[in-house]
Amino acid sequence: MVYDRILVRYGELSIKGKNRKIFKNALHRAIRFKLKPFAALTFEITRDRFYIILNGVDANVVSEKLNEVFGLQSYSLAAKTENDIDAIKKLALEVITEQYPGPTTFKVETKRADKSFFMQSGDISRSVGGHLLANTHNLIVNVHQPDMILNIEVRREGSFVMAGRVKGLGGFPVGSSGKGLLMISGGIDSPVAGYLLQKRGVEIEAIHFASPPYTSERSLQKVVDLLKKVAVYAATGEIKLHIVPFTKLQEAIHQHMPDHYEMTIMRRMMYRIAEGVAKNHDIMVLANGESLGQVASQTLASMNAINAVTAMPIIRPVATYDKLEIIDVAQKIDTYETSILPFEDCCTIFVPKSPATHPTQALCEQYEAMVDFTDLIADCIKQVETRIISIVEMEETLAEIDALL
Amino acid sequence: MEREMVYLDHSATTQVDEEVMDTYVRANLNFWGNASSLHNFGALAEQVLIRSSRQMLTLLNANDHQMIFTSGATESNNLAIKGLAPNHLRGHVITTQIEHPSVYEVCLELEKKGLQMSYLDVKQSVAEMIRQLEEMIRPDTFLVSCMHVNSEMGLVLPIEEIGKVVAKYPRVKFHVDAVQSVGKLPVDMASSQIDLLSASAHKIHGIKGMGCLVVRKGLRLLPQIAGGGQMDGLRSGTVHVAGAASFAKAMRLVIEGQAEAFKRMQRLFDYTVKQLRHIEGVQVNSQFSCQSPYIVNFYVQGIRGETLVHALSEHDVYVSAKSACSSKSKKASYVLLALGFDEQVATESLRVSFAQETTLEEIDAFLEVLREEVKRLR
Repeated sequence: MVYDRILVRYGELSIKGKNRKIFKNALHRAIRFKLKPFAALTFEITRDRFYIILNGVDANVVSEKLNEVFGLQSYSLAAKTENDIDAIKKLALEVITEQYPGPTTFKVETKRADKSFFMQSGDISRSVGGHLLANTHNLIVNVHQPDMILNIEVRREGSFVMAGRVKGLGGFPVGSSGKGLLMISGGIDSPVAGYLLQKRGVEIEAIHFASPPYTSERSLQKVVDLLKKVAVYAATGEIKLHIVPFTKLQEAIHQHMPDHYEMTIMRRMMYRIAEGVAKNHDIMVLANGESLGQVASQTLASMNAINAVTAMPIIRPVATYDKLEIIDVAQKIDTYETSILPFEDCCTIFVPKSPATHPTQALCEQYEAMVDFTDLIADCIKQVETRIISIVEMEETLAEIDALL
Repeated sequence: MEREMVYLDHSATTQVDEEVMDTYVRANLNFWGNASSLHNFGALAEQVLIRSSRQMLTLLNANDHQMIFTSGATESNNLAIKGLAPNHLRGHVITTQIEHPSVYEVCLELEKKGLQMSYLDVKQSVAEMIRQLEEMIRPDTFLVSCMHVNSEMGLVLPIEEIGKVVAKYPRVKFHVDAVQSVGKLPVDMASSQIDLLSASAHKIHGIKGMGCLVVRKGLRLLPQIAGGGQMDGLRSGTVHVAGAASFAKAMRLVIEGQAEAFKRMQRLFDYTVKQLRHIEGVQVNSQFSCQSPYIVNFYVQGIRGETLVHALSEHDVYVSAKSACSSKSKKASYVLLALGFDEQVATESLRVSFAQETTLEEIDAFLEVLREEVKRLR
């Protein structure tokens, strides 16, 4: 392989005035964290570029990791040579012959950052293009819609040849926008919501309501497995999971509340608890995988009655998504297969035959006033068990696998 | 005189490398989950599989392909050819007359069912062969199947040139049986524009019962083994994860040592050929302009090949007559016949085949025993 480095371009960061530095640093950290297993790599940072010097590491493996980093707009495999037109031509030919399936039309674009170089950008492009045409078959120039753009950059530190550009995930580096608490049940939607939050730079912690023995250890394990997939995109490969012992409160609701309001009131309790846990961990927003109109709890009336218990902003990243759109993302982040495993969670037990689809806030309050839930709620918040879900352990195992090969 | 055995039959099989065996054992002990299981332990096995595949694809420069692990190259060849043969069993396949039986016999079987075959004449120059290939391709041609290196003769076929021609016809797929070339000659699936490639682990110091078919992504094959839908549905059956890991390891080791070994092998080849010529009545068959230095095929006038194989093995020197897969049948080698040798030579020839660890001392020991036995048996 002729490539010796990868050039990384920053995402929306480029337009973020004062915050730019914070974002840039967060991105560098994220990339370095992702690439930590490859000790041979070295990094070069310039004003608007970030170079990963491969030092013999397989570029494909590195790019696979880069595809898991938010805030990265695009990157290109690049090869470096000296500032000499013949060397550039030779390298350009090597780069273009390494493409497969070979492009049929191409265009050369040159940036001459080093103005001391004796040729102008246009002349370099023409000269290299001519060299490529003379030394290849079936290759023609098309400046309007080329199959491939060959980029040449002449810089003070050397000349670079790049073919094509790979799109990154975009968005913002995780952690650059603060923290959110994701309510996760084990279904398809909440892991997708977690992924999308991270895309906009939100670092997430997760909260899960467990009602043993109605819900099983396996149902909890499912949540852990899902979070491991979501943690792939986290800045440090870790997500905190707060597990709420929900059994007593849920039993009380089931026993004392009218059937058709049971689900609405349960969700109101969940929001109260989530808000309490969030405050204890300096988290300012809640988030979940609610989508409009899928089930009784997700009508606008229902959302209104439930949401009334908290003033904390609630982000619902998939609120407007179709189910199929959500599944697409779930498959992309590899959570779908786990999500559809059939274990009971606290939302599927004690399900009334006909839950209210248009509950009102007033009625909720009226019903809740019949029982004193204060202590039960406080207990839930107090007895939260916090675990750290980490992919690092997995990374170590993967390193062990690589050593086998 | 005490000496260790001289094994010069590496085209038949090779000894498992200790490091490869170590990988096999450790993969079996530590990652023995079922790669299809949904739980984490199964996912680990799946990771072993994914990483093994990826490593092998990189080594073969197969950047647009997927890996299907099989029980060996025979299964791979069967899957490639039968899997591509359309259901209605009409159409046209181009191959050569010197293919391994797992290609040759499959083609004969399909011919009986109504497919039509054309055979490239491999005696010709590369330019002539390419011209013939271009003439042979018809509107209903769907496959060109061609080995890279012939196991009996070491003849190297021009797969890069063939790939170039085939690539001009998008409906025609190009299958290469690379069993005798992986780890010995450069195999580059991208630059040779190969759609399907068969390889085998035990020819490169891996374990037996492990092979692979590398298939271009998106290419539709009819699976030959139905069941749980493993390997993207192309090859059902619980995946041999440890086998895959050890195959990936074997391939890495052999390809890393390839360039250097090749130079050394050329010297050994030249030396062997020269020394064989000095023996009266010996004719070296394998001296093509494109020749793998890993295989020397020769004919000893007046002594039956099989007799010599037995005589040499009395001295712990192991060579073969014809390829091991077909050496139980008494007929003349169809490979040598196709290459224009007469019936006598085709029936009586011997093959020695090398591996990276073959030494000059081994070759000298073989030559010495050969000279002795030729003198005695005449």
